[in-house]
Amino acid sequence: MRSLCRTLDRSLLRDIAAVALAMGIVGASFGALAVTAGEPLWVPVAMSLAVFAGGAQFATFDIAVGGGGTAAAVAAGLVLNARLLAYGLTVADVLDVRWPARLLGSHVLTDQSVAFARAERDPRRRRAAYLACGVLLFATWNAGTLVGALVGRTVGDARALGLDAAEPMVLLALVLPALRQRGVRRAASAGTAVALATVPFLPAGLPVLLALSGPLLLAREGAAVEDATEEGATDEGAANEGPADKGVADGTAEGAGVGREEGRA
Amino acid sequence: MTVQTVALLAVGTYLLRWCGPLVHGRVDLSPRFQTVLSASATALLCAMAAVSALTTGHGFAGWARPLGVLAGVVLALRGVSFLVVVVVAATITALLRLAGVS
Repeated sequence: MRSLCRTLDRSLLRDIAAVALAMGIVGASFGALAVTAGEPLWVPVAMSLAVFAGGAQFATFDIAVGGGGTAAAVAAGLVLNARLLAYGLTVADVLDVRWPARLLGSHVLTDQSVAFARAERDPRRRRAAYLACGVLLFATWNAGTLVGALVGRTVGDARALGLDAAEPMVLLALVLPALRQRGVRRAASAGTAVALATVPFLPAGLPVLLALSGPLLLAREGAAVEDATEEGATDEGAANEGPADKGVADGTAEGAGVGREEGRA
Repeated sequence: MTVQTVALLAVGTYLLRWCGPLVHGRVDLSPRFQTVLSASATALLCAMAAVSALTTGHGFAGWARPLGVLAGVVLALRGVSFLVVVVVAATITALLRLAGVS
């Protein structure tokens, strides 16, 4: 953990700590919501430990408690979490470590840890940012859930405290720098518009996934030229240091790569 | 809420997380695919933020939360720190509700 701190500078650690703290508050509101709805203490605590995905926890919980049944509740949560599959591909290089570490490291894959990792270009800093955010978030999310569940009935309404604004705020603050790149901004706006337009009539989770239509449509526009350069699968040895990693480092991460550098300049 | 619900969601979520790292190093993703993937992650984050800022269930969340978040975004664009941004968003949302705006 000490080497993590040495790799990351202080302002980045402060940002990570702030996000973790904010998500701890959201975790507390989840714990409070669960016990207020009449669930035993272990339900929110086990969910936060084993699922560790805010949106899905809220969605699954709402449906299950609302009498929607196990299948519908789990399906909604998993659809919402399907985005983690895409995230996993974008930061897979970060988790290219020995197996025990990879198994544990995968569990702290979240919107936030991915956003922090993507903001860094240097491989060591990417990994350090990912792990620092992931581990800290895991700690605050679970501590928050436990505290919220314990004092839930006395705190009162999380909505009255405006805590439901914390999660979207954290996500937006994280994604803003990536939107400086025009192509990415167009893709994201188109996708977000589709998501918002479908919220009224699609089950929870699906609208967010439909946001993928934005980047996919824009990809088709520029597809013809680049098809020529596309390569098939290569053997494992070559792939480790292969063009895949470079593609992220040079091409995509730069713009998405946040204006941590730009902001300072 | 049953044990099965929690267990199924946990296992399924873990498998979704695990796929990316599992595939890494075995399949060589083309640069174009990587670009699309990166834009996809940004689009998903944006959509997630917009949906959770603006909606509750299948409808509009009311004005308090989006206005609170909007105030936070303005501060974030000016380079104000994360924690302040989040606290301001929550405070403005809470104050608006106190004032009777849902």
